[in-house]
Amino acid sequence: MPKDSGIGASPKRREDVRFLTGNGNYTDDINVHGQAYVHFLRADVAHATINGLDTSAAEAMPGVVKIFTGDDFAEVGGIPCGWGVTDRHGEPQQEPKHPIIAHGKIRHVGEIVAAVVADSLEQARDAAEAIELDLSDLPAVVNMKSAAEDGATKVHDDLTSNVCYDWVFGNGEDDAMEAAFASAAHVTTLELVNNRLVANPMEPRVAIGEHNKSNDEYTLYTTSQNPHVIRLLMCAFVLGLPEHKVRVVAPDVGGGFGSKIFHYAEEAFCTHAAKACGRAVKWSSTRSEAFISDAHGRDHLTTIDLALDADNNFTALRTRTHANMGAYLSTFSTSVPTYLHGTLMAGNYKTPLIQVNVKSLFTNTVPVDAYRGAGRPEATYSIERVIDKAARELGVDPIALRRQNFVTEFPYETPVALTYDTGDYHGTMDKLEAAADISGFAARRAESEAKGKLRGLGVNCYIEACGIAPSNVVGMLGARAGLYDAATVRVNATGSISVFVGAHSHGQGHETAFPQVVAEMIGIDESMIDIVHGDTGRVPFGMGTYGSRSIAVCGSAMVRATEKIIAKAKKIAAHLLEASDADIELKDGVFTVAGTEKSIDWGSVTLTAYVPANYPLDELEPGLEETAFYDPANFTYPAGAYACEVEIDPETGKVTVERFAAADDFGNIINPMIVDGQVHGGIGQGIGQALLENCVYDEDGQLLSASYMDYAMPRADDVPFYAVDHSSQTPCTHNPLGVKGCGEAGAIGSPPAVVNAVIDALQSGGHDITHIDMPVSPSRVWAAMNG
Amino acid sequence: MSQVTMTVNGKTASGDVEGRTLLSQFLRENLNLTGTHVGCDTSQCGACVVHVNGEAVKSCTMLAAEADGADVATIEGQANADGSLNTIQQAFQDHHGLQCGFCTPGMVMSAAALLKDNPKPSEAEIRDYLEGNICRCTGYHNIVKAIMAASGQDVSAIAAE
Repeated sequence: MPKDSGIGASPKRREDVRFLTGNGNYTDDINVHGQAYVHFLRADVAHATINGLDTSAAEAMPGVVKIFTGDDFAEVGGIPCGWGVTDRHGEPQQEPKHPIIAHGKIRHVGEIVAAVVADSLEQARDAAEAIELDLSDLPAVVNMKSAAEDGATKVHDDLTSNVCYDWVFGNGEDDAMEAAFASAAHVTTLELVNNRLVANPMEPRVAIGEHNKSNDEYTLYTTSQNPHVIRLLMCAFVLGLPEHKVRVVAPDVGGGFGSKIFHYAEEAFCTHAAKACGRAVKWSSTRSEAFISDAHGRDHLTTIDLALDADNNFTALRTRTHANMGAYLSTFSTSVPTYLHGTLMAGNYKTPLIQVNVKSLFTNTVPVDAYRGAGRPEATYSIERVIDKAARELGVDPIALRRQNFVTEFPYETPVALTYDTGDYHGTMDKLEAAADISGFAARRAESEAKGKLRGLGVNCYIEACGIAPSNVVGMLGARAGLYDAATVRVNATGSISVFVGAHSHGQGHETAFPQVVAEMIGIDESMIDIVHGDTGRVPFGMGTYGSRSIAVCGSAMVRATEKIIAKAKKIAAHLLEASDADIELKDGVFTVAGTEKSIDWGSVTLTAYVPANYPLDELEPGLEETAFYDPANFTYPAGAYACEVEIDPETGKVTVERFAAADDFGNIINPMIVDGQVHGGIGQGIGQALLENCVYDEDGQLLSASYMDYAMPRADDVPFYAVDHSSQTPCTHNPLGVKGCGEAGAIGSPPAVVNAVIDALQSGGHDITHIDMPVSPSRVWAAMNG
Repeated sequence: MSQVTMTVNGKTASGDVEGRTLLSQFLRENLNLTGTHVGCDTSQCGACVVHVNGEAVKSCTMLAAEADGADVATIEGQANADGSLNTIQQAFQDHHGLQCGFCTPGMVMSAAALLKDNPKPSEAEIRDYLEGNICRCTGYHNIVKAIMAASGQDVSAIAAE
C-alpha cells in the first residue's frame, strides 16, 4: 500500500488551492501605495555608439516623475558575474562591465537605454517615445565563429578580443589524445548545434522597489528563484547598500527554469529609483520585453569525436565547443559551458581519456546563462548523439553499445573531476526497456509503415551533477559564492512548526513536500507544519532553488535542524519523565522511556519549552528553535535512460512524438507525484528544444523569434502522455535523505532521444541521413530527405 | 475616460477606463481580481482566459469598453458556493495538473468552456482545444489527465501518477 503521509507519500499539494481559486500572490499582484511605474526604453539596434540622448521633451510630458540614463548609474557598480573561469593559459576570464543602463554604447537589442518613471505606465510609455536618441550604428557581432576570428569587430573595446576564455579540461593531454585517436579502431565525429532557447516561464519578470524614508530601509519585491543571492549581489556589487537595510521578497513565482536566478538590471534600477524618486517604483515585463531581456539558454556549437577500440569499447572522447555568452556576463553564465558541462562529459560511461575545450564568446546578443539543466543538457546531447552515430556506423545495437561501456562500479572517479557515488545504469536501462515496451517496437513500426509513415526509436542515457554544490570544490573552480543552504525550524508552544528555508518554491511544491520530511521525523501530522520561503526578512541566508538542489541541500539543512530540535525535545522529555535522555524514544509524536510505559506527548514537551516552570534551566535554554546550514560533501548524480518513438510523415517532414518513456534513478523520493510532474515538465521542454524552439538572430543582431507568434513553444497537441518510472533507486550516499534531485532530468535526457528517434526513422526509410540539427522542424527534415 | 459597467462573477462592477484599457487590465487593476494573469502580449498564452457571456475569451485581447454590459466570469468565481473547489479545480489538484500556478486560471477557464460544449472530450480533442493555452511546467500530461477526469472519464490507465 502506498503511504498516505510522510516520506514517500503523495499528498495533494496544499499550494494548489490558492492557485486554483485565483488567490495566488505573484509579484505583479502586489501594489504599493503611491507607486510610480517605470517603462524602459530599450535598444532597437544591436551595436551602436550613443552620441546623444535628449530627454528634455520627455521630461515635460504629463505625469513624468524622473528620467534616468546611463549617466545616472555611471558611478555605481556593474552587474557582477558569479563565477571566474581560468583559461587554458592560467589567465582569468575577460570580464567587461555590465551596466544597469547603457553608457556610451549599446551592445544588444533590448539593452536599457533610458528609464522613464511616471505616475502611470501609459504616461511612462508615452514619454519614452519623446526621448531623442542620436546613435551611430556599428557592425553587429552575431555569429560565434566570426566573433572568434582575429580582427573581428569587438563587442567590448576595452577587451583584447571577443573571447571570454579558451578553456581546456579533462585528463586527456594533447599527446595522449592524439595517440588514442591514431590507434583507434573506429572514430565517430559529429558537428552539432545546441540551439539557443528562451526559458519562458509563463510569469514575466516583475520588480517593485520601495524605500522607507523613516529608517532608510529598502524592500525589493521580485520574481526570483533566490532572494538572498539577489540581495547580496545588488547590495555588495551594484548599489553599495548595507545588506541589513535591504529586504528582498520573492512571493509566488510563476516558474523560473533558471531565468529567474540571475540578478537583473531592472531589480537594481527599481531599488535605486525608489529612493531617488521618493516613491515606490514598479516594473512589469511584457512578454516582448522578456524575449530581449531575460537571459537566454544553451547556444553551443560543438564538434565531438569518439574513439573506440576493435571491441567497441570507448577509448577517448574529445569535444571542441563555441559557447555564446551574449553581450555581457550574466550571473552564472561563465560556469555553464565549463563546470556544468565539461565535468559531465564522461556521461554514464567509463571512457578513460577525455578532453574538453570550450571557447566562450561575446556577441551582440542578449546575455546567455543557465536554462533548465544548464550545461548538462548540452553535454548529454553531444555524448548521446555521437554514441548513437557510432552504433549506426558500426552496425551494433545502440542500447548494447551503451550497456557495454557503462560505469558499473562505484564510487567512480571520472576523467573530468567528478566522483559518482552511486548508480545502477544497467538496472535503470532494464526499467526503461520495460516502460517503453521496446520489444513491441517492431510491431509498432510495421503499423506505421502500413500507413505510409516512417517510425523511429531513439534511446539515450543521461547523468547530471545536482545538489549544487560543495562550497570548497566550487570555490576552487572559481565560484564566487558558497552553495550551502539553510533552514530554521521554529516549534511553537502548542507544537505547530514553521520551517524557514533558503530554498524557493516556484512550481516545485516545496510547501507540500518539505513538511512531509519533518512530519515523518517527529511523527506528527503534516498539517501542523508550514514552510516559509522567499523573504530575506524572514528566512536564514540560503542560496535558493536551481540545479535540482532544493531537497538535496536545503532539505538536508532542514533534516539537520530538525535533528537538533528532536535532541533538545528529548532532553526536555527526559526531565519531565525523570529519565536519562539517552533512554528517550520518539515515535508517532510521543516520547517514551525505552522499555517502560512512561510517556509524554509532543505538545506537552513543546509547551514546557516555552512555559519552563518545571524545566532544567541551569542546563538547557528555554524555547525550541534551531537553525542548520548544510554544505554538501559531493554533488548528487541522478541518472536515467529515456526512449522516444517518433513518426515522420514523408510527405511533409513533420515529426510526431508518439511515445515517450523515462526511467530515472533519483535515489530516495519524498513525493512521487511531484517527482513525476517534474519529469513530465522537463520532457515537455526537451521535446520543445528538439522539435520546435529556436532563438533566431539575423545578421544585424535583430531577434527574429521575439514573440509567441515566432518562437514555437510546445503546446498540448505537440506532446503525448509520458510513461515515467523511477523505481530504480540507488540512494545518494552522502546526504541524510539519500535524495538526488529531479528538477532538470527531463530536460536533460529528452532531446537526444527525440533526435536519435528521428535519425532511426529516416534510416529505416533508406535515407542516408546521419544528423539533423535541432529544432528538427518539418522543413529541415523534408530538406534532408529531398536534398 | 468613460464609465463601463458589467457583471463580474455575479456582482455589478463599474469603473472609469481609457479607451485603450484592456479587459484583463480592468479586472486586475480596477477590480483587484488578480487571478486573471497576463503572460504575453500577442494573445497566445491563454493565462488571461475569462468567460464573457458564457464564451471563453482572452481578456488581454478585448477592450474593457467592449465588455460594457456583459456578464463576465473569472477564476475567482469558479469555486462552489461553500468555497470548496469545483469539479474541474478539484481534478487539477487531484491529478497534479498545476505546478507554478501561473497558467492555471486560464487553463481552468478554458477547460470549463470545453466541457460545456463537449462533456466527454477525447484526449486528442482536449489537446487540440488547449492549443491556445501555454503551460511551461507540466508538459501538459497532468492537465490533459485532469480534464479527462473532470469529465468523468477513467484515467487510471494513463501512464504514471
